Amino acid sequence: MYSHNNFIQTELWKGGPVPGQFYNFPGTSQDINAGNITAPGLYGSNRSSSPITTGTSVIGVKFDGGVMIAADNLVSYGSLARYQDVQRVFKINEKTIIGAGGDFADFQSLKRSIDQKMVEDMCYQDDIEMQPKSLYNWLTRILYNRRSRVNPLWLEMVVGGMQDGVPFLGHVDLRGRAYEDDVVATGFGKHFALPLVREQISEGRLLSQSEASQVLRKCMEVLYYRDCRAISKYSVAVSTAQGTIVQGPFEVNQNWQLATLVKGY
Amino acid sequence: MFRNQYDSDVTVWSPQGRLHQVEYAMEAVKLGSATVGLKNSDYAVLVALRRAASELSSSQRKIIPIDDHLGISIAGITADARVLSNYLRTECLNYKYAYGARYPVSRLISNLGNKMQVTTQRYDRRPYGVGLLVAGYDERGPHIFQVDPSANFFNCKAMSIGSRSQSARTYLERNISSKGRDFVCTKDELICHGIQAIRGSLPNDEDSESPLLNISIAIVGKDQPFKILDDVESKKYLDMAKKLPAPPAPSDDVPSTGGDDDEDKPGDAPPDPQVLVGTMER
Repeated sequence: MYSHNNFIQTELWKGGPVPGQFYNFPGTSQDINAGNITAPGLYGSNRSSSPITTGTSVIGVKFDGGVMIAADNLVSYGSLARYQDVQRVFKINEKTIIGAGGDFADFQSLKRSIDQKMVEDMCYQDDIEMQPKSLYNWLTRILYNRRSRVNPLWLEMVVGGMQDGVPFLGHVDLRGRAYEDDVVATGFGKHFALPLVREQISEGRLLSQSEASQVLRKCMEVLYYRDCRAISKYSVAVSTAQGTIVQGPFEVNQNWQLATLVKGY
Repeated sequence: MFRNQYDSDVTVWSPQGRLHQVEYAMEAVKLGSATVGLKNSDYAVLVALRRAASELSSSQRKIIPIDDHLGISIAGITADARVLSNYLRTECLNYKYAYGARYPVSRLISNLGNKMQVTTQRYDRRPYGVGLLVAGYDERGPHIFQVDPSANFFNCKAMSIGSRSQSARTYLERNISSKGRDFVCTKDELICHGIQAIRGSLPNDEDSESPLLNISIAIVGKDQPFKILDDVESKKYLDMAKKLPAPPAPSDDVPSTGGDDDEDKPGDAPPDPQVLVGTMER
């Protein structure tokens, strides 16, 4: 009753060979199954083969006693900085936070399903909340399912939170690939931000909360300078044993004095 | 054939506001052999009497494993229990696939309750004729749930269902700690309490020796996946329990649930509220 969602077809063998009939291969002209999301639409339309409105890097860091996820507040339309005041990091519940890069529409649709799950959790009235690891696992299932239908949700996400009192941080992407680490990043951030954070982490020691927030600020600044799809405004979601909160928007430090020395400025 | 004119269909109310078919289904539970469930702070234990249908057949299985953290023992129509256990197994497996975690016991049972309730409200269905004791362990600790054919379910500290189960409930009520939420004792003592409790439910003609070997025991708990004890382990605990004094005979000061006797006609008067051995809020 509660478990309905749009991403997993609930019938066990939908699209499989009905006795006496042929398997319905994806992309064949006659679409036996109504609502099949793999085959092209009525006029051959094909969605999600490339992202349209996109968010760029998300960076997540574990610190001593919690997790922090940062992302800037921009959603681009191609190279146009179209929407400049959009939250891309979210509180899911008191234990879980999430940040999303990639196609923002895909994320919004997925977020609706996640929010619905939180409402269901509430309806049970048993104080059992979704754990970050459970959400992480569920997302890999959804994303891998969609990539297997050759119709991926074009997303790269960071999931964090407190799992049984211990910080958890994971990364999932549009192919359903997933890994956990002390520091994760998506998109351009994988190249620019990861080395910056790893510089700060010495062997076997987690950052303190203020160190983590400082290093994220530095990362967002570098990304703002270097990543053409980033803006200077960013938000941070923080999860600790006390609960979760989204902070911001913050403004990165910027200094353009150097620019006057650049020819043609 | 009929006990009264309002029991021909599950959907028919009696003027007293009762659903007789549902109450008859509750009687099916009392035909099954007894089973006991109890827990301490770390473990939940199921103990069940296994009885062979005839001299020539093997005894029915009374305890069904569902998942690593969950199992049920049954009293009533075994075939119905198989259908329900199939449902529970599917749910647990799907949950594990989607979330990589164990299904919280209370949620699983409330979903099972929803499924069973449907049969009490449709003219083309009949209620399940089986009662369940569910033993599970999750992030909230160990749980014992009782599930009825009426689709009621109760979160219990300890409970017994099945034929002659009143004496087991009496034993549990007398031995449960007054303050704690459940039995305060070791794992071994807990199992022995379970065996002692079910002893009183043994038919009088078959007493101490051989029938005790027809007891199934299962345990689940902290760092202990659901396990049905094998013959060697069962024997160990039976011997351990045998050294303890015999359980007190049920006396009259404990209100009867009207549970065990078949003369208890559902048509006569509203049944007494059932004595629930230490039910809890959650």
